[in-house]
Amino acid sequence: MKKTKDQIINDVALSFFWIAAGLTVAALFAIIIYVVVRGIAVVSPTFVFTWPHGVNAEGGIFPTIIASIYVTALSMLIATPIAVLAAVYLAEYAKQGLAVRIIRFAADSLASVPSIVMGLFGFAFFIETLGLPLSMLSAALALSLLMLPIIMRTTEEAIRGVARYIRWGSYGMGATKWQTVSRVVIPAAMPRIITGLILAMGRAIGETAVVFFTMGQAVNLPVIPTDSGRAMPIHLYLLAVEGINIPAAFGTAFMLMGLIFTFNLLARLISKRYKKVD
Amino acid sequence: MSDPTNEYTDWEEFEDGTLTEEEVELADDRWADAEIEDSARSIDETGDEKRNVVAELMRERAAKAQSRADDDTVDKMIGIVDGEAPVGIDDGIDLAAGAGAGKLQLVTRQTQIKEFVLASVFFLCAIVAVLGVALIFAFVAYKAFPIFTEVGFGNFITGTEWSGTEGKFGIVPFIVGSFVVTLGALAIGAPLAVMTAVFLSELASKKIRSFVRPAVELLAGIPSVVYGFFGVVVIAPIVSRLFGGVGFGPLTAWIILSIMIVPTIATLTEDALDSIPMGIREASFAMGANQWQTIYKVVLPAAKLGIIDAVILGMGRAIGETMAVLMVVGNAPQLFAGITRPISTLTSQIVLDMGYATGTQRTALFGMAAILFIISMSLVLTVRLLSRFGQEMSG
Repeated sequence: MKKTKDQIINDVALSFFWIAAGLTVAALFAIIIYVVVRGIAVVSPTFVFTWPHGVNAEGGIFPTIIASIYVTALSMLIATPIAVLAAVYLAEYAKQGLAVRIIRFAADSLASVPSIVMGLFGFAFFIETLGLPLSMLSAALALSLLMLPIIMRTTEEAIRGVARYIRWGSYGMGATKWQTVSRVVIPAAMPRIITGLILAMGRAIGETAVVFFTMGQAVNLPVIPTDSGRAMPIHLYLLAVEGINIPAAFGTAFMLMGLIFTFNLLARLISKRYKKVD
Repeated sequence: MSDPTNEYTDWEEFEDGTLTEEEVELADDRWADAEIEDSARSIDETGDEKRNVVAELMRERAAKAQSRADDDTVDKMIGIVDGEAPVGIDDGIDLAAGAGAGKLQLVTRQTQIKEFVLASVFFLCAIVAVLGVALIFAFVAYKAFPIFTEVGFGNFITGTEWSGTEGKFGIVPFIVGSFVVTLGALAIGAPLAVMTAVFLSELASKKIRSFVRPAVELLAGIPSVVYGFFGVVVIAPIVSRLFGGVGFGPLTAWIILSIMIVPTIATLTEDALDSIPMGIREASFAMGANQWQTIYKVVLPAAKLGIIDAVILGMGRAIGETMAVLMVVGNAPQLFAGITRPISTLTSQIVLDMGYATGTQRTALFGMAAILFIISMSLVLTVRLLSRFGQEMSG
């Protein structure tokens, strides 16, 4: 049977959607494969566990890995309690009104603040005004402002995702609001909250502009929060821009993406497992 | 409040002799409750007389309840009866019913205080976001203020020359650069992202979707510095070979940035598409429309506002993007003159100059940050207003 004009248009149009999706996936694979192929040749125990040395940053990237993990953990420690409790307020306590509208608008705005503006603010406020040194702490404070709205959103969605009748059951047993929230709602939402936290960590560890002016750029192994250091993304940026040691740049990019994809995978596993239980 | 039908059942059981003495008493109490209720509801007289009838019944009830109920409730009931407490008939009935059911379980004062304190703490945490935004804006604006007095607001945002050494601080090249880079990236990235979202929501089988969607999410997870690096080592040489020049310029930035904004726009568009009721698609198919006609004439128009939202937020992402743009755009403070000629943007110029800038130049950088802040904030505001507009349209 011969195809009608409409059918031909349909087939052509739909094929464009396939192409678009294909391009998106291809872009991802191009980046991943390129970085993995060029990076895996560089990565070795020496690369991971030794210090960079010499003018061309030969050797490893160990201190930058530690600095990145350090600052990410610290910023999560600062942001998580505040963000989770704020989300509890928005999801469980708040009555729709002006206050909630302002809070939501502020959270959306905070999420949209360009990261370099956040970095500039962090430098001018935490370092110049409050007198903190260029350090893990300053960078973590600036980063936590960036993480706050992200964690708030995922946590609020997680809490709202908890079925209503579970709450009713708790209230029906005579539990107070806090008892219901702390012993029923949050435990039920926990897998999704943790998924959100892990994804936020992935975001934090790759963040460059915020930590650029707040944690220092010299290679250093941070021990206490007021120590400075150079994070992996900054190391990668400096290597790539100066063009001095491109193989090491590939190695760093590989390690950075490896860490982030591990976080992603972890988050995926947790939410999958949770779905099965459900 | 008790259900009258139960009371009658109890009464019948009592007459059958199947109930114990205690149960009889309980049933009797409930019977009284039902009576009060019935009286209050059925007596069709003036308020005062109604009140008297109920008061009569309640006084009886209170005396009976005294043995079991807590004193508080009894006092309250008597208070109502004696006309002390300005409580309506319904409250009286509630209290009577409560007394009939036994001791009222009120929450202790301590628990109430604890609940209130916790709620306040949560509220304070939520306020941190507001304080954060306010502090960032106030502080950046404060640091930027001298540029507006020293150079003048007009000269600052209309000047076309930027030279720290000559003391010229016009940011037009960067504003133009930011918009050139952003709009170009949107022109490539937005259709790609929207079509990917339509594919995921309307066309893909479950199997393909479970492969493409994680890919889109992973794209969002790649840090911008890795995108920039990829641009430097892969895209820039290709652009240089095909179009001449050094390979660093708007075109390279468009390619990199358009990939970067795909996840933002695609995820939000997919949400918008998924929220459209299945019924309107089915209606379209039932009318004999094919898939393309349904997408083009029914699904996309229905999700229009959501898609506009997604594109605006994608624009916010693009205009605030720093590291990737910094690495591929060429970083020359000159006006846009061609797709392969190096330019600079608001974000990239801040990073470049911040390392060494002092005095007026530094305040100029803060001025640029303040402008970036205002741009991204107004994009968020636009999305808010749009969604309110959409709600008004639909409801």
